[in-house]
Amino acid sequence: MSEKAIGAIVGPGNIGTDLLAKLRRSEHVDVRYMVGVVPDSDGLTRAAELGLETSAEGVDWLLARPVLPDLVFEATSAKAHVANAPRYAEAGITAVDLTPAALGPFTCPVVNISDQLDASNVNMISCGGQATIPIVRAVSRVTPVPYAEIVASVSSRSAGPGTRANIDEFTVTTAAGIERVGGAAKGKAIIIINPVEPPMIMRDTVFCAIDPDADRDAVTESIHRMVRDVQVYVPGYRLKAEPQYDDPRPGWNGRARVAVFLEVAGNGDYLPTYAGNLDIMTAAAARVGELLGERIVRSRSEVSV
Amino acid sequence: MGGWDDIERDVRIVDTTLRDGSHAMAHQFTESQVRDTVRALDGAGVSLIEVSHGDGLGGSTFNYGFSATDERMLIAAAVDEARHAKIAVLMLPGLATVTDLTVAADLGAGAVRIATHCTEAEVSIQHFQAARKLGLETVGFLMLSHMSTPEALAKQGRIMVDAGCQCVYVVDSAGALILEDAAERIAALVAEFGGQDGEAQVGYHGHQNLSFGVANSVLAYRAGARQIDGSLAALGAGAGNSPTEVLAATFDRIGVVTGVDKDALMAAAEDVVKPYITRLPVMDRSSIVQGFAGVYSSFLLHAERAAERYGVPAHEILYRCGERRYVGGQEDMIINIALEIAAENEPVPAGA
Repeated sequence: MSEKAIGAIVGPGNIGTDLLAKLRRSEHVDVRYMVGVVPDSDGLTRAAELGLETSAEGVDWLLARPVLPDLVFEATSAKAHVANAPRYAEAGITAVDLTPAALGPFTCPVVNISDQLDASNVNMISCGGQATIPIVRAVSRVTPVPYAEIVASVSSRSAGPGTRANIDEFTVTTAAGIERVGGAAKGKAIIIINPVEPPMIMRDTVFCAIDPDADRDAVTESIHRMVRDVQVYVPGYRLKAEPQYDDPRPGWNGRARVAVFLEVAGNGDYLPTYAGNLDIMTAAAARVGELLGERIVRSRSEVSV
Repeated sequence: MGGWDDIERDVRIVDTTLRDGSHAMAHQFTESQVRDTVRALDGAGVSLIEVSHGDGLGGSTFNYGFSATDERMLIAAAVDEARHAKIAVLMLPGLATVTDLTVAADLGAGAVRIATHCTEAEVSIQHFQAARKLGLETVGFLMLSHMSTPEALAKQGRIMVDAGCQCVYVVDSAGALILEDAAERIAALVAEFGGQDGEAQVGYHGHQNLSFGVANSVLAYRAGARQIDGSLAALGAGAGNSPTEVLAATFDRIGVVTGVDKDALMAAAEDVVKPYITRLPVMDRSSIVQGFAGVYSSFLLHAERAAERYGVPAHEILYRCGERRYVGGQEDMIINIALEIAAENEPVPAGA
């Protein structure tokens, strides 16, 4: 398997298990290890059945392997990643961080991954960030965006205990991502949890303040192009309506507004399709892994030549 | 005696004119309106006055409407004006953060009301813990309480109480609870943690969409609620809130001591609030539909705006919001529904 980069997933929960399903289709990453801390957990058992080397002895076990991974996908918690990250770095392993720890640069594969192929640690921001930042970027690459606001609605069943216990982390991190990666001067993020049955598919609305004279056709075209780019790794990502433009209203500081309505259906690999919020994280992380893996393999072959 | 202050009260009337009323005012409150209203409420003996954007701290957004005056200025003005009353702020986890709450506390707010959808109380735990550390009085809002059963609501209230909440409200955000619906929910919460020397109090927040705000409040009191919300002249989302001045007069008539001056509150409603109201809340078609279909009351103005923008009926938008069981905060869906209805109403092309 020398033509593939070796991967490890740390955290065999729902996210780690879904990520494994996606990475098994990867051309450039061979996930060889799945690591947890609870013996015989469902996720570890499932991974072992798929032929992975598994252990409940955590990162200590992983770093003691005779063949270390090139890439580690952290699907644990922010606290665990803060503890693990220096150890990965010391071992020369590149980390793709799906937790809110945000130690490395924020990464959104369709926006800025090309700037980060040499980073030793990249952070996947948040589910709402992966869903909405591409749209903010689609607008800001055409016309300045002084303010962008996103509303993410997720099914109650897809909002896990970690999200619930620290919901501020979502709003703060996503707002920062809208600014740093999306290109808005100021960002604001809102998350709504809806318990309706059957569960609602993730919805996201993106509002961007724009100049009243901005080229609306160019903005719309840019949004459509971005949606197609995201669909490469999230096939269930789609516009629910054409972008809507409103002329300036009182209180908008003379700005017009574009509103974009999105639905994010998951691929149904391990997580249910309504949980598009979780799926877009694993899909984006798998996409980042694919690009980093390709880079690692290429640099390896250059060295060997 | 509820232990709120040194005034004897069987029930505490809490006024939300300057918070829920912000919806009806499209978040355009001025500092002088806030000062005048706080002075009148404070003078009438109201002990807790809520001041925030209608959607709480951080609510000034595209989705909910931008505030004409920064709410921090309004909170500071209210704190400055109140001589006896405590100023409360509202916050919705997922919209506002502990940082926003800390800012409000620094401005002098003495209480926070933390609101979640009625099945999602877990998202409030970190905020209750932070609020107690800040020394704030804490109140929990279980919004759209009609969407849950009394037993399930009591369990959600328990989550808030265990996190440090001192009074849990049954919030009838849609004005959809009818008499026993309200009383049974209150009774379930009282049985769980209220009652004599209970761990926490129980409160009721009503809307007038089906006209039951005051009647439900009386039943809520009889079921054990000890804090009841009202707004002067009913100023609030949907068809408005239970009018504070009517609550005061009604409780007085049935011999329940509120510690507030009903005549001073009637004067406040007539002379202070009515002159600045731009759109008096009424039970019109759209707000009745909200009560009937169980739609979050603050969707009203947003539905009216989308209706005008896209040429579709507001009440049809609201019926669909009810069918899809959208919850508080999902105002963005209103535009999407208006677009759907507009597309359905387009004439079918010839030959299709």
